[in-house]
Amino acid sequence: MMSIENIAFIALFVTAVTLFTLKIREIIANIRMGQAIDRSGNASERWKTMLLVAFGQKKMFSRPLPAVLHLAVYVGFVIINIELLEIIIDGATGSHRALSFLGGFYNLLIASFEVLAFLVIVACVIFLARRNIVKVARFHYREMTSFPKSDANLILIAEVLMMSAFLIMNASDLILQGRGVEHFTVAGAFPISQFLVPMMDGMSEGALVLLERACWWFHIIGIFALLNYLPYSKHFHIVLAFPNTYFSNLSAKGRLTNPESVTREVKLMFDPTADPYAAPADTNGAVQRFGAKDVPDLTWKQLLDAYTCTECGRCSSSCPANQTGKLLSPRKIMMDTRDRMEEIRTNIKKHGQDHNDGKSLLGDYITAEEIWACTSCNACVQECPVNIDPLGIIIDLRRYLVMEESKAPTELAGMFTNIENNGAPWQFSPADRINWANETN
Amino acid sequence: MSNALNVRTMAECLASGEVPEVLFWVGCSGSFDDRARKITRALVKILNAANVKFAVLGTEETCTGDPAKRAGNEFLFQMQAMQNIQVLNAYEVKKIVTACPHCFNTIKNEYPELGGNYEVMHHTQFIQSLISEGKLKLKEGGEFKGKRITFHDPCYLGRANDVYEAPRELIQKLDVELVEMKRCKQKGFCCGAGGAQMFKEAEPGNKEVNVERTEEALALQPQVIATGCPFCNTMMTDGVKNFNKENDVKVLDVAELIANAADL
Ligand code: SF4
Ligand code: SF4
Repeated sequence: MMSIENIAFIALFVTAVTLFTLKIREIIANIRMGQAIDRSGNASERWKTMLLVAFGQKKMFSRPLPAVLHLAVYVGFVIINIELLEIIIDGATGSHRALSFLGGFYNLLIASFEVLAFLVIVACVIFLARRNIVKVARFHYREMTSFPKSDANLILIAEVLMMSAFLIMNASDLILQGRGVEHFTVAGAFPISQFLVPMMDGMSEGALVLLERACWWFHIIGIFALLNYLPYSKHFHIVLAFPNTYFSNLSAKGRLTNPESVTREVKLMFDPTADPYAAPADTNGAVQRFGAKDVPDLTWKQLLDAYTCTECGRCSSSCPANQTGKLLSPRKIMMDTRDRMEEIRTNIKKHGQDHNDGKSLLGDYITAEEIWACTSCNACVQECPVNIDPLGIIIDLRRYLVMEESKAPTELAGMFTNIENNGAPWQFSPADRINWANETN
Repeated sequence: MSNALNVRTMAECLASGEVPEVLFWVGCSGSFDDRARKITRALVKILNAANVKFAVLGTEETCTGDPAKRAGNEFLFQMQAMQNIQVLNAYEVKKIVTACPHCFNTIKNEYPELGGNYEVMHHTQFIQSLISEGKLKLKEGGEFKGKRITFHDPCYLGRANDVYEAPRELIQKLDVELVEMKRCKQKGFCCGAGGAQMFKEAEPGNKEVNVERTEEALALQPQVIATGCPFCNTMMTDGVKNFNKENDVKVLDVAELIANAADL
């Protein structure tokens, strides 16, 4: 027999999954706005990178304390979600602890969920303290405005509440099992929640059943709410860290791309017999820009990067420009890219596909001052725990400024002229290039 | 010291029918900058002492295009690259050694796609191979024996190309006390010159990048700050001057340390 409770659960479940799917499709469409870049091939190296960096969290361990805490939350999150399976069966059918037929193994599962839940609570409390009491610097840079700050706190608090609900639910269950109340099958092992029992033992049977149900619902509604909050939040990295590391750049960090479009034109200049009107091979009629002015000029991987960013600030805290007070913050580059993508999507939804709001990533979000402060040192790329490349975006924006708008800082324009005229960034005569060989020192 | 250097250009080699085993790519800084020219000369002394058959392009060499590329001028970069690749390929160059990590990175990683395929080595890697093959001998107890030395990782050698050990192993051969900064190797902090910053004023901030980095190095109280990049050398030298320490702390390239220990 289906109870009203089961029907409510199923309705909730279907709604949550549908809404999530719709949002995911929108995000995929956003990422597809980006330009092509080949990140296929070398599958074994890609799987290895994903296993080490996303699954194994290898890069987190260059900062051990947050790494251990994060690992607790991460393992807790993954393992406790096995519990989700039972919750769905119980919720849809009205059974209680549907998986308890697993016997000893079931007890082991529940026991480990409890231990993990406790560790998650501890880690989240420390994380909250690091953000709000110790005030670790990287959580308070300029780009950490109100939403990014509350985004982090909200999830941490939600985790604490959900894990507490899980433990209180188990404690009530344990008492009810002990009193032999019908429906509450004797099953599970409760190494953590047993300590809550003395506090709750005085409660009546009715109150306990109510509490158990309330916690159960709180837990599952929390999970559905979280699921639908993820795509709006930095916490989306728990999903995207996997594809993002799979599609990592596998070549040397120092290598920048050599854009095809430029190579074609330069080859023409070097080869007088080439046909200047030959149709370019891969631009299906669209005007191709040199460099990037707005989000659609970036590659799909750069857009995937932006959705994957955890806003942890490891990049900015190691950025030489940022650490010496310049406006540049590689984290902000990623956050701006994501915000602009979302803005373009909102525009499309409101005004149709071809709407032009007259805004762009470069100018309205990221300023020239920021991108010219970069030393291309790759510290941000090295530090990022999910293999994001803020430097690539910075270079693409510079390319647009220089090649489309001729807006290089004056000294750099001078440097270009020197290279063109003298073959060196300084004003020396090329004839003097080997004078060093005849000097004495 | 200071005997005349034995340097031949590719053009001269071609004329006399010699095939050098390696091309020494000097780079703009190593060719024109007063301080960097000393590093160039130190490296040539090492190559001479080890009897390496090498040549330079001389006046046929031109900027790799690295600063133009990092500053967004891809056209200029690719023009420079194509020009250089034409020259290098015409001489059938197979192996290149350079003392500039920017040239190293560009030729190694960005030239292949444009048709330039060479084996490229940073001079610290090349010197290391000379020593391990027994071609270069260091004297016991050179001038730097027992001194405190810290090594500043050039970004384009370290993070960009994962070369961390070659320069360190060379320094350790000098019987010195190698002390590491907290931010070293993968976590190395930039000197502030890369990405074409060398050629412009920094954006407004509260500190110069090279001052921040030099401060970190000086806190270790070294007698020498070693590095492996002419641009890092400039930035760290300026940083040391900023703290009025130029009489106590020298900024030297690894090639200069080795040339000294080989009594060249
Ligand atoms: S590459 Fe640029 S943005 Fe990244 S850390 Fe270095 S200076 Fe900062
Ligand atoms: S780009 Fe990477 S390191 Fe920087 S904030 Fe995002 S996740 Fe953290």
